[in-house]
Amino acid sequence: MAANGMEEDFDDGEQPEITTIPDPHLRLGISARWGTGNQLAVHAALHPPQEGVTSGIQESPLVHEVRWGTQEVNNPIIRKLINETHGTFVSLQHHQPDTTTTNRKPQLVKFSRNYRSVIRACLMQLKQAEESARDDATAEEYGMQVEIYRMVELIWSLCEILFVETLPGGVVLAQLLDWVKWHFNEADGYANEATTSDTPHLHDSYWSAVYLYVLQGRNDEARKLLSLDPNRNMDVYDEYASIDELLRKMPFFTLYTGQSLAEFDMKWRHWQDECRRRYSEGEFNTNKNLETICRILCGDEDVFLDLKDLTETWYQMLVSKLLYCNPTVKAFDLQYHVKACIDAYDGHATLQPLDNILLAAIEFDLHQVIKESSSLLGNWWFVAHLADLLFQCGQLESHSLNYGSNLREFLLLDYASSLMSHPSLWQVGASYLDYCPEFGRYYLEFYLERLPLQTERKALKVLRECEKRDMKDISHSICKVMGVRALRNERLGSALSWALRSKDASFATFLADRFLSEYSSKGGFSSLDLLDNLGTAMVLSDRLTFLGKYREFHRLHEEREFKSAANLLLQLLTNRMAPKKFWLTLLTDALPLLESEEVIFSTQQTYELMNCLEDISLSFRSSAYLHGDTADDAQLKLTKGQQEVEKQKLDLIRLALARNLARAILSEGSLE
Amino acid sequence: MFVARSISAEHKDLIHDVSYDFHGRRMATCSSDQTIKVWDLTDDGDWQCTSSWKTHSGSVWKVTWAHPEFGQVLASCSFDRTAAVWEEVVGESLASTQRGQSHWVKRANLVDSRTSVTDVKFAPKHMGLQLATCSADGVVRIYEAPDVMNLSQWSLQHEINTKMSCSCLSWNPSRLHLPMLAVGSDDTNPSAGGKVQIYEYNDNIRKWQKVETLMAITDAVHHISFAPNLGRSYHLLAIATKDVRIITLRCLRKEPNAGANPGGMSKFEIRQAAQFDEHSSQVWRVSWNITGTVLASSGDDGCVRLWKANYLDNWKCISVLRGDGSVSNTAGSSTGPNQLGLAGTGGNFGGSRGFKQGGSGQSSMWY
Repeated sequence: MAANGMEEDFDDGEQPEITTIPDPHLRLGISARWGTGNQLAVHAALHPPQEGVTSGIQESPLVHEVRWGTQEVNNPIIRKLINETHGTFVSLQHHQPDTTTTNRKPQLVKFSRNYRSVIRACLMQLKQAEESARDDATAEEYGMQVEIYRMVELIWSLCEILFVETLPGGVVLAQLLDWVKWHFNEADGYANEATTSDTPHLHDSYWSAVYLYVLQGRNDEARKLLSLDPNRNMDVYDEYASIDELLRKMPFFTLYTGQSLAEFDMKWRHWQDECRRRYSEGEFNTNKNLETICRILCGDEDVFLDLKDLTETWYQMLVSKLLYCNPTVKAFDLQYHVKACIDAYDGHATLQPLDNILLAAIEFDLHQVIKESSSLLGNWWFVAHLADLLFQCGQLESHSLNYGSNLREFLLLDYASSLMSHPSLWQVGASYLDYCPEFGRYYLEFYLERLPLQTERKALKVLRECEKRDMKDISHSICKVMGVRALRNERLGSALSWALRSKDASFATFLADRFLSEYSSKGGFSSLDLLDNLGTAMVLSDRLTFLGKYREFHRLHEEREFKSAANLLLQLLTNRMAPKKFWLTLLTDALPLLESEEVIFSTQQTYELMNCLEDISLSFRSSAYLHGDTADDAQLKLTKGQQEVEKQKLDLIRLALARNLARAILSEGSLE
Repeated sequence: MFVARSISAEHKDLIHDVSYDFHGRRMATCSSDQTIKVWDLTDDGDWQCTSSWKTHSGSVWKVTWAHPEFGQVLASCSFDRTAAVWEEVVGESLASTQRGQSHWVKRANLVDSRTSVTDVKFAPKHMGLQLATCSADGVVRIYEAPDVMNLSQWSLQHEINTKMSCSCLSWNPSRLHLPMLAVGSDDTNPSAGGKVQIYEYNDNIRKWQKVETLMAITDAVHHISFAPNLGRSYHLLAIATKDVRIITLRCLRKEPNAGANPGGMSKFEIRQAAQFDEHSSQVWRVSWNITGTVLASSGDDGCVRLWKANYLDNWKCISVLRGDGSVSNTAGSSTGPNQLGLAGTGGNFGGSRGFKQGGSGQSSMWY
């Protein structure tokens, strides 16, 4: 429990989301239980549960399946975003800093841009879907998503400017201007309205467009629009030409042009002095609109207040104001200029969650950015990826969050968990968990083991993921679940192949026994393909080895390789590989070989067979043999009639052995 | 949060327990009507009742699934003083059963209790096929099927007399720790002492030993639940009593001579991680999500509250569910996605445009 002064942040009086379930029974009492994934089963319940107390309900009780925040994953557009950013995320994790931070930065910016371009594509598609939605509900749904991802894009790009693409010296204005231009293009809308009318300069939007262009530093566009005004009087002194000149000559600071900041500052002051001079000399007295433009250029505080309806938000006003009052402002100093702008829009009290996020970013409070974003956007994707990127940029530690990597992992775990519950995105989720060093593996094992295994194909897919990560316990468990399922469905062969796959010796032994008892009762084997091709896999368990060898005996017999068959059979008996309760079956199998015209078993071999026979008739008499190895298994006890059959069998074998012995002695004697 | 679907359970009385299987694709419900119903998720994502049968001669309090490695196995416990183990069989009497219906056979009837059996839980898989029951007369019983391939052989391995009327129990799912059980009592007399006891299995003497009594909890306990442990260094126990409690148990090093001293028990540092009285009345059920990161508690205020810890281990209510009392129009066994408009604070984007928060795409997050 870290007690580091952050704690009071969590008692911020934020109210939990409330969901109502339409079910009158719930008035009696409520009970909920988690399922796998983000789902809860909620039902009415009587507390305390008492026998004989009936609820008196008339209708059938309901079970409500309530989901927790996985809905948007089902949207194909969002799914595309998830899949595409997954690639970026993975390459970001593998991206090794080229030793120096200077080389690293452009690459990280590239990653950030990459994320942003996916967000933009997603946003475009969402917009399209919203427009082409067939019904209002769908349109509203998409409309909501559009709003969310619009905010995501806005926040992300601001964070990129402040935390990822930090420029030497911390000069940010050029980037902020781009940020505003990119996200707020109302000016173009106004301009369009005006220019498409018959008399652009008289249109209501005309001056709005001009002002907004100037406020956003888009001077060329402003000049173009101004040139449309037919009020320009070429004959007398032309104030239009004057303002045009000021707009044209306004210096912009750009990095990489070799211009030093001091040099720019000097130029800029010179230019603004010129603006002020022309203004104070009353050059624009006759034209209020041009005067307003000139006041903007002079950085006149009041004019920004006058135009606050155009800049719409405090952060747009902030950028405009800085452009004309403080163009060399450093990123870290932004926060000192914020208050006046917020006050212009009714102060802190009216700030919305989005405002708070942007404000936190400007104040370099990443923790707050992430916290507010999670509660506003309800979107695991955004905070997880942003936190990871900031972590890779080294921003999470450097801002006095000593638990930076935990925060990243915490958010990634939540995001991955939301994917693991999804039927087709779990592999993506698994890949995210791979990059959570502390808890990722535990989570992954937990989820992989619980993935529903509807088909063998799915099971093999999950197994591959386990094998990739060397998770033996989980593979073992999955194979066992599949094997037990096959066994329940009487598919012995399939069950055995699962046991072999996980090298589960005890299960293999159990299954080999099932094969043998199946043979005893039906006189044949199923799954011959598998049994004939056990190969070295049969050494997994003694019983399985016996099963494999025994099946080999049958094959040799079928192929009329009597000599080898006989040798194998004897071997199975003498090296005690065969379970004792199976000896009688083996000896019975020997019968046709003993009775064949050719002598197959030698005298020595016949003696050994006789030994075995004596062995079992003894135990038969003591009845221990029939009970198998565990004497308490009542099911193995034979009925009187069965015992009689067994006895006859023994006599038959004894006779055959004696006759074979005689023939063997004769043939062996005559050979000599 | 949103209601994905509402299923008409067709029980003749209220449901006491709902239990999902390991993979979350099967669900079992039990009720005062003495039956259990098993539900299967179809490929279309609907729940279909595939079996319903009378199980006990009294209310069925709890139903729970065994790990699928042991097959499709359920255990139930009832007011009729018994607990039972059920196995689904395939292929038997196929002709008599309807299409898509499955058949469950009683494999064991555990009749040792002399009073109502209040809870039944399978042990974590790594301990083999074991089952714990607890009953109103205060006895916890541990049964085991030594041959996991034979579910009809269960032997009573241990009996623990807790000396308190037991209402609930929970196995600690951690494989790294010795087998551990927590037992709760709904005895309403606060002076009778702590209402949650922790037991641990001592391998040397082959006995369950009481290692802790949570003295801080003296009010009736209705439900307890260990959180799944995904790499945490301590155990988390949620308790439903007159409020919601979350307790951490950190195992201190065992005494070095524990091997020589067969009675050596683990020692724990016990802390209360959270205590919530938002239900402002009795809490009846606590349930963890599968990663042990979100706790759902159900209370007499008619609400289900979800609690989540942030990465600093501060717990907070992130969501509330409650019935609205209005009549729903559920027809058939399942209704389609039912999206509810949710109240939420309005955001604002880009100044003039209003942003409406809430609805199905939204979820509360908290980190």
